[in-house]
Amino acid sequence: MTENTSTNKINSFQKEKNKDEMRKQIITFALMIFFTMIAFFAVGMGISSMFVIPLILILAIVQVGFQFYYFMHMKDKGHEFPALLIFGGIWVTFLVGVTFVTIIWW
Amino acid sequence: MSNAATQKRALSAVLWDYLTTVDHKKVGILYLIGGGFFFLLGGLEALIIRIQLIKPENDFISAGLYNEMITMHGTTMIFLAATPLLFGLMNYIMPLQIGARDVAFPFLNALGFWLFFSGGILLNCSWFLGGAPDAGWTAYAPLSIQSPGHGTDFYVMGLQLSGAGTLMSGINFLVTIVSMRAPGMTYMRMPLFTWTTFVTSVLTLFAFPALTVGLFLLMFDRMFGSAFFDVALGGNSVIWQHLFWIFGHPEVYILILPAFGVFSEILPTFSKKRLFGYSAMVFATFLIAFLGFMVWAHHMFTVGLGPVANSIFAVATMAIAVPTGIKIFNWLFTMWGGSIVINSAMLWALAFIPSFTIGGMTGVMLGSNVADYQYHDSYFVVAHFHYVIVGGVVFALLAACHYWWPKMFGRILHEGMGKLAFWTFFIGFHLTFFIQHFLGLMGMPRRYWVFLENQGLDTGNLISTIGAFFMTFGTLVFLVNIVYTAIKGEKAPADPWDARTLEWTIASPPAFYNFKQLPLVRGLDPLWIEKTEGNGKMTPAEPLDEIHMPNGSILPLIMTVGFFTASFGFIYQTDHKAWLIAVYAGMALAIGCMVIRSLKDDHGFHISKEELEREAD
Ligand code: HEM
Ligand SMILES: [Cu+2]
Repeated sequence: MTENTSTNKINSFQKEKNKDEMRKQIITFALMIFFTMIAFFAVGMGISSMFVIPLILILAIVQVGFQFYYFMHMKDKGHEFPALLIFGGIWVTFLVGVTFVTIIWW
Repeated sequence: MSNAATQKRALSAVLWDYLTTVDHKKVGILYLIGGGFFFLLGGLEALIIRIQLIKPENDFISAGLYNEMITMHGTTMIFLAATPLLFGLMNYIMPLQIGARDVAFPFLNALGFWLFFSGGILLNCSWFLGGAPDAGWTAYAPLSIQSPGHGTDFYVMGLQLSGAGTLMSGINFLVTIVSMRAPGMTYMRMPLFTWTTFVTSVLTLFAFPALTVGLFLLMFDRMFGSAFFDVALGGNSVIWQHLFWIFGHPEVYILILPAFGVFSEILPTFSKKRLFGYSAMVFATFLIAFLGFMVWAHHMFTVGLGPVANSIFAVATMAIAVPTGIKIFNWLFTMWGGSIVINSAMLWALAFIPSFTIGGMTGVMLGSNVADYQYHDSYFVVAHFHYVIVGGVVFALLAACHYWWPKMFGRILHEGMGKLAFWTFFIGFHLTFFIQHFLGLMGMPRRYWVFLENQGLDTGNLISTIGAFFMTFGTLVFLVNIVYTAIKGEKAPADPWDARTLEWTIASPPAFYNFKQLPLVRGLDPLWIEKTEGNGKMTPAEPLDEIHMPNGSILPLIMTVGFFTASFGFIYQTDHKAWLIAVYAGMALAIGCMVIRSLKDDHGFHISKEELEREAD
């Protein structure tokens, strides 16, 4: 960002925005650690795998979302094209997965 | 110094320039030369196939050699001719169309070319080293696993190399289009050829990994004793077909979309009208790409996927005909009421529309899964895909050559020879392939070495072979035209066609920095806007200032030599473990180059303002 190059000229609006951004980053980071801990405990406490496996999968999906949207900035403006591509990729992978599971391995 | 000596020095200087170049225009030309060479090679193979089939029970070549011919013809044409030729055009033209000075990653661009070229050379080395691959261009397992000798190994390693190069270029184009457009060049002002380059690159990015994975599995099965496709050991050979077609169907759109882009440039230029339905064209391109990923199993209808899977894929397949139809109508409406100029480029474009439509129509016929049990693996399929690939892609390449030749080489291709080449090739094309629809419907299977007498196939095959000679003649005329133009051709001005887009605002051929000052784009067809509303010249978007350019480098070539050596090692280590030395040495060379590239800073150079001022417009 060009406006960040000279630190003493950042206006207060920008400062506020940066602080906000930082807070969001830390919250997501904390949440991700928390999710990871839940996953570990769920396995460690020996709860039935019927419950644990879906739980871990859901947590994983949420974490991937956090990764994309917060750490890789997909939520920010000007990232529509990367987002389109990523969703395209997910869609293709999903189709391939579904096909393989249903007509090859089932 | 004598004249001959200076000339020799100049030649080696030019050679060195091309070996080390990272300029998108020179890389583009390298792609055109490489792709052109393989196109001629593939054409020669096609001619041999057709001579073998000129009469019943012919023995012009042996059965084994025939299998090698059809395999290498298909592989060469798809991977080493059509794709690289299109990538060459995209490389040269797309940055000019968006007002950029180079692609985003010039070094990667050069590496992509060298990888493609070395892959092609590797594949063709097999001819001299015990026999070419012979399991078909689709290399279906288990045939490809059991095929003896090293032929299929060359297929695996050759395609792996050239595929890596293609993937790289695709990523490069994407980044270039997203981030390097000139001021004012919004997405919806991009020329259609740039759009199709973009969408093609997306397809490349998603489709080629499937091929890479498939090739790796095949490589492990053939060279390292795994059993992914070996049913006897618990593998599953149908997985190869899936992986191949998950790549393979998008690949046919990787070929046809840039061809659509070419025609969407040529038709408006020579009709003196803007492209009809621009936004519908962009949308249709995306829709084709999207649907293109959901139809791969239409190549596998007879495998036994079951009626539900077959029906789903059949419906998805037929859906693609809709956006394709949108495009056809838009081209027709573009010409409607325009003041049409018919020259060689336009002839190819006009011939494309009906030819491709026939191919699309047989495509929908094939897409009906019940009917496909009759058509599959017959000459009907051969006719279908030659109508779309020759009638679509090859016509587009030839049209593009006539259209952009002045821009690329500064001279205009000879019109008379252009027309002669067109008519002979066009007639030959329909002679060769139209009759094949009927041969297929009468039951002639594809990929068979001979056919029997008195089964109603004799005349059709004879006609088909005669057509192949017509096409050969047309190609030769085109080659003569190139040589003639290089020596005697008429010099081209910056804008020989009274065209509409940015590439025609700069000299033919362009200076190595393309644009002295980046142009300000005021709408779709920027040059046309300036012609009708301005003074016919682009307004610069920036003051004249020094230009930052990348340095050339020999590293891409050396890196490629490393991978090439390693590939030979992989192929032959099954015979003798000493060949592993080649693997390690080759990889060390390649990785060494990567390390050098990463650690050694290369900031490029600047063209000073004074220097730019000195150069006349
Ligand atoms: C747009 C350009 C197109 C290209 C470059 C293309 C290319 C090809 C190729 C190369 C094959 C042969 C695969 C093999 O070796 O067996 C093929 C088969 C097929 N194509 Fe196309 N095609 C195109 C358009 C279409 C369209 C528009 C449709 C349908 C709407 C279609 C439907 C099919 C089907 C169903 C097959 C499988 C036939 C079989 O193997 O029995 N194609 N196509
Ligand atoms: Cu297909």
